[in-house]
Amino acid sequence: MSDNGTFTPVIVGFLCNWCSYRAADLAGTSRMGYPATLRDIRIMCTGRLDPTFVLRALQKGADGVLIMGCHPGQCHYQEGNYKAIRRFALLRRTLRQLGIADERVQLHWASAAEGVRFAQTVARVTEQIRQLGPLDWAHNWPNEDPYAVEEAVHE
Amino acid sequence: MSEPRVGVYVCHCGHNIAGTVDVEHVAEWAMGLPNVVVSRDNKFMCASTGQEQVEQDIKEFDLTHVVVASCSPHMHEKTFRNACARAGLNPYMFEMANIREHASWVHPNDRDGATNKAKALVSAAVHRVVHHQPLEPMVVSIRPETLVVGGGIAGIQAALEIADAGYHVYLVEREPSIGGHMAMFDKTFPTLDCSACILTPKMFDAGGHPNITLLSYSEVERVDGYVGNFTVQVRKKARKVDQDLCTGCGSCWDKCPIRIVDTVFEAGLGYRKAIYRPFPQAVPKYPVIDVENCTYFKTGKCRMCEKVCPTNAIRFDMEDEIVELEVGNIILATGFKLFDARRIPQYGYGRLENVFTSLEFERLTNAAGPTEGKIVLRDGETTPKTVAIIHCVGSRDRNFNTHCSAICCMSSLKFAHLVMEKTGAQVYNFYIDMRPIHKGYEEFYHRIMEEGAQFVRGKVSEITGVARSPEEDGKVIVVCEDTLIGHQRRVPVDMVILAAGLEPRADAQAVGYLFGVGCGDTGFFTERHPKLDPVATVTEGVFIAGACQGAKDIPDSVAQGAAAAARVLGTISRREVSLEPIRASIDEERCSGCRICNNMCPYHAIDFIEEKGVSRVNPALCKGCGTCVAACPSQVISGAHFTFDQLMAEIDGILVDVLSDRPIVEAV
Repeated sequence: MSDNGTFTPVIVGFLCNWCSYRAADLAGTSRMGYPATLRDIRIMCTGRLDPTFVLRALQKGADGVLIMGCHPGQCHYQEGNYKAIRRFALLRRTLRQLGIADERVQLHWASAAEGVRFAQTVARVTEQIRQLGPLDWAHNWPNEDPYAVEEAVHE
Repeated sequence: MSEPRVGVYVCHCGHNIAGTVDVEHVAEWAMGLPNVVVSRDNKFMCASTGQEQVEQDIKEFDLTHVVVASCSPHMHEKTFRNACARAGLNPYMFEMANIREHASWVHPNDRDGATNKAKALVSAAVHRVVHHQPLEPMVVSIRPETLVVGGGIAGIQAALEIADAGYHVYLVEREPSIGGHMAMFDKTFPTLDCSACILTPKMFDAGGHPNITLLSYSEVERVDGYVGNFTVQVRKKARKVDQDLCTGCGSCWDKCPIRIVDTVFEAGLGYRKAIYRPFPQAVPKYPVIDVENCTYFKTGKCRMCEKVCPTNAIRFDMEDEIVELEVGNIILATGFKLFDARRIPQYGYGRLENVFTSLEFERLTNAAGPTEGKIVLRDGETTPKTVAIIHCVGSRDRNFNTHCSAICCMSSLKFAHLVMEKTGAQVYNFYIDMRPIHKGYEEFYHRIMEEGAQFVRGKVSEITGVARSPEEDGKVIVVCEDTLIGHQRRVPVDMVILAAGLEPRADAQAVGYLFGVGCGDTGFFTERHPKLDPVATVTEGVFIAGACQGAKDIPDSVAQGAAAAARVLGTISRREVSLEPIRASIDEERCSGCRICNNMCPYHAIDFIEEKGVSRVNPALCKGCGTCVAACPSQVISGAHFTFDQLMAEIDGILVDVLSDRPIVEAV
């Protein structure tokens, strides 16, 4: 919460190296403003996105996660984004069961030429998560570290 | 192992970053991050002083890892990796935080927000970098042979450059002859050179070059391997003519009784026979038999060509042949497709008799074309007195293609000149914007204006045959708002030429898939970098040239063909090439052999080793996308430089402030 009472969400972004990261670069070089809510991480392809990355980000206090890749059919690794779509569908089911609203974790596309689209997407997702309010997931877990439970089970 | 020692460098980039982000504060704050032993800010990190600072600190502070917070890694990652390497540090022990494109430039009115984001990104890099491992680039040897796909002007140029340098080229062309679209044209802008006169010497050079194996009437079916060592399967379609015996004398097509409308080379205006050579200067000179239309193949009778052939070169039993080639590099120069003007029904093409496409007009005005160069209406005899040329047909139009086709302004001006020169007709150009952007083009535009062509600025709404007044009777009427005078106009003309735009080939996506090249939002092949690497692709060893990369004219296509050849020659003369070590690898000890990853890989880089019951990545084939890494249920595939630990640490680092008692907004 900032001082004036409006909530500023923290969103972790996973951007693919070839399209959406370059779209973000283009938004920068073209000086297209968007809210300073997105903290982005570069991965080579959305196909690299291990769903546990999303869970980790939420666990560590992010209010939302924005995954962005190349448009379907334009993946630089041919089909990585299709794999991301499939994994995302499964991830979303899991997140729903955990009570996480769909708007908090979103998958979008932006080509390297779509700086405007990138900026608009960040602004829109920010607004949606702002409406939902803070997630504060970490403090809603029974244990401090869900991985500790998992490890305990293995041991 | 001793504790990691990280150096952090926060760049001002003049005012570019420091104007929005409190750079000094970020650098000071970063000192409090784990493992950071030195943190500085600097006016320009990419300047030699900035780089020298890094080198000096690596030695003085015994740094094990370096973080530079400045611009996009697509700009300067290499610069700083090299600086690390000069100081004896493995270049992959470096990480970049992008606080310019992703922070200062996009949050110009939010100094606190931008500064906090910069801190988060620096923290992410610091947390990540300590998990970096030293990596060595992979070195693979390069075969000196090259495959060029597409025998248009870009492909011919590329093939000749490489062949002249002394290396072997396989030039594969789908049609019976090389030459591409340029062979169909009459004149070229702005010099009005005869297209055939400047193209055919190059075609003959390519056809007869000792270093070029020409595979015309052939298509690539399969590509295996990786940069330096591709194995390519090419289907040589059966010509039904023995090339060793045929002299190209022409008796066969003279006597062939079947006449077919030639939709490829003559754009539907002329005819060819069932055994044919697309045009007189074709290279190679041998004809092919069109099996679909040949009487012998339909009914088993005729064999006229066989009877008249003086060298007995006709082989009705010839079968397709599969040729296997070993090449080191591949250049794709597969060209473009002309926009189908039927898709704009209100322009009347295919419905109104005297509406022509640009390619039809090229054939009409070509001395070797169906009318021997006479510009006449569809009836074959009437010379037009008024001609309208419509620019941007299917280009710069949200309904069809948003891109500018780059050539239509100039080819329309060329058409205007040819019409006026040959018929004396009044010419109207309907344009949105004139874009004669290259050398000599603006001068050509002025010349055409001085020659008396009319220019009407406005997008044509309709081309109709319905007359509203006696003077419109029997004419084609172009309806358009003239935006310079603010009036709706109806211009009755005898002939309309639609300057159709350039589109990607219909099978561009499939061809791209075959060679590991993506297509962008306009459908053309995607280059590695739109400004700084325009002929390379993300697949090492595969280059693109000409209109398959984007709409362009002949000089640009030639330049790209030569550029791609230069890139190929560079790797050939080095004899080997270094590849980014961003590759997946499988811990075979822990691999369960489930084979889930095998089908994940779009490059077939993962093999299953039967005797061991484990999967293995071929590092030369792997492109490092990481989709197998994310898929492995046992988490035993590691994606170098994007490992699980590195990305988890980056996530933790980027959220360092959120749950901690050390809010990011507080100074250390």
